[in-house]
Amino acid sequence: MLGEGRNTVTTVETVIDRSVTQKLETMLLIRTFEEKSAELKAAGHSPSMCTSVGQEASAAGVISALGEHDLILTNHRSAGHLLARGADPNRVMAEIHGKATGYCGGKSGSLHISVKEIGVILTSTIVGGELSLVTGVGLSLQMLEMQGIATVFFGDGAATEGIFHESLNLAAVWDLPILYVCENNQWQAYVHRKETMRIDHVSEWGARYGIETRTVDGNDVEAVAAAARDAVAYIRTTGKPFLLETFTYRLRGHMEPDDQAYVDKEELSRWRSKDPITTLERKLLTDGVLTATELAAMKESVRKKVEAAAEFAIASPYPTVDQLTTDVYA
Amino acid sequence: MITNTITPDQAMIDGLAEEMRRDPRVLTFGEGTATKHYKLVEEFGHKRVRNTPLAEGIIAGTAAGAAATGLRPVVDLLFAPFLTFAMEELINSAGKLRFISGGQFSFPMVAIARTGAGWAVGGQHNHNVESWFVHAPGIKVVMPSTAADFKGLMKSAIRDENPVMFFADIGLLHTPGEVPEGDHVVPIGKAALRREGSDVSLISYGKTVQKCLDAADMLRADGISAEVIDLSSLKPLDEAGVLSSVLKTGRAVIVHEASGMCGVGAEVAAIIAEKAFGQLKAPVVRITGPDAPPAASYPLEQAFVPQPDRIAKSVKLVFGGHT
Repeated sequence: MLGEGRNTVTTVETVIDRSVTQKLETMLLIRTFEEKSAELKAAGHSPSMCTSVGQEASAAGVISALGEHDLILTNHRSAGHLLARGADPNRVMAEIHGKATGYCGGKSGSLHISVKEIGVILTSTIVGGELSLVTGVGLSLQMLEMQGIATVFFGDGAATEGIFHESLNLAAVWDLPILYVCENNQWQAYVHRKETMRIDHVSEWGARYGIETRTVDGNDVEAVAAAARDAVAYIRTTGKPFLLETFTYRLRGHMEPDDQAYVDKEELSRWRSKDPITTLERKLLTDGVLTATELAAMKESVRKKVEAAAEFAIASPYPTVDQLTTDVYA
Repeated sequence: MITNTITPDQAMIDGLAEEMRRDPRVLTFGEGTATKHYKLVEEFGHKRVRNTPLAEGIIAGTAAGAAATGLRPVVDLLFAPFLTFAMEELINSAGKLRFISGGQFSFPMVAIARTGAGWAVGGQHNHNVESWFVHAPGIKVVMPSTAADFKGLMKSAIRDENPVMFFADIGLLHTPGEVPEGDHVVPIGKAALRREGSDVSLISYGKTVQKCLDAADMLRADGISAEVIDLSSLKPLDEAGVLSSVLKTGRAVIVHEASGMCGVGAEVAAIIAEKAFGQLKAPVVRITGPDAPPAASYPLEQAFVPQPDRIAKSVKLVFGGHT
């Protein structure tokens, strides 16, 4: 499927280094966190949420290429981006549960979590909302001569919104320092992208606006990281936008719980066999980068962290009713 | 106080230019902004005065994103019906993300939209939609009626930490008025008493303020002393200003060009009913545009707007047709 579009999928030689184990740990944290969230929803502890299971390499890979001054805008499927950027799992989980200890005091819930202190800003759950805001962030970076670039995560569904096209066009015309990351996960809520687009790769649309683009195997974290590093270097050097498409797959449903009855079983099983985490684990074990014991210890450490986050969220208080009308006006 | 006689259109831009001089974070962009305001380009450069594509959604979204990260944008979205293309960005982002994020972001931005009868442009360029934004949380709404207020409210809007919708009444834009020189700042949320009276309060905003003043002249011949209140700001609404006038006169007639159903007048009438019912000498009356798109044809466009004779007639009915 990767080669179906007219764009060729970039293959980047995988470099194994110490940081790959950190990326694996990040991916394991995202997976364990989101599966726990889904489990807590099923158990009636929290409202529904959207997971990014299967897409962890995109979040971990792209964010590993960013610097401390870079800003991130994300969407409703954001836990991966938040955790990869270093958000406290306790406070993300508490926010999902609508608790006062969450990053937004429980006013966001799972759908639009922003954490300004780590540079994850202006999260919007309106599909494409983040694309309309990122040009403004890019403009501030340019006008105020701030360090850093703006990175925006969106999906193939958002790319079918008109605002995607308005955003890319303006970023191109004004030379805004923006890394557009399209996580093409094949699903637009409950509809497969093949029903809504005549092309396979969103990067083709980006190229039409005069923007440099690249499509990368979104399930290969090292490939994503290398492509993102190149893209970030290009943006820092030229000040111009870049569209990086991470071609991946949403392994769980749109919104928990979801029986995925509408999903082609054969396609799902094919992408499960390309699971970014198990693929990487196998490779690191085979290459001797990690021992089975080290991997087990890593998983246990992640599991404990997530269990602690769940306990923190459940034990945390809800916001008091006086919060109903605070933070509406400055 | 030194005043100049200038159009509201120019007064609004003078206010913007003064704020751009005062604060380097203020910038302006929109469809044809740099083309129209070449003098601003000469003074502030192309980076702070920009043309944009004809795409209201991304103009408004860019303003919101920029406002949240350190700039103070003033965007021109041209005609109020075009705001439908920017509703997501204005309502869901600029209006809500401060609250949703638990107060992490502010959106100090101004969006200008022209509206109302005057240019015979028909229903897709002329539609008074201000009440849509009054209903949206997190957003302030102003609609000045005098040249001085066009300048003074623009300056306040730019200095405000919240998103402000600035509705510019097309029918007023090119009629010159007195505007104070220098730092003339009109506070948002404060109604203006345009004429003192003792028998009835005419409460209005935008171009119908002058219609009310004309009606008040006509009513004087009938022995009715009408007070005219100009709301100026629709959100926050100057509840105290409205109530103090109505408590004094005991009668309220609310006048606006926008359609009546769920319009600003409905809110004003509700406030009066809730807080001044016991002091009312007559039922509250609204005089508004109809539930119809404005027509381009001049007589129909003018008939859409509450005119002085219609206002005066309705006021007389409040007094039982006699005084």
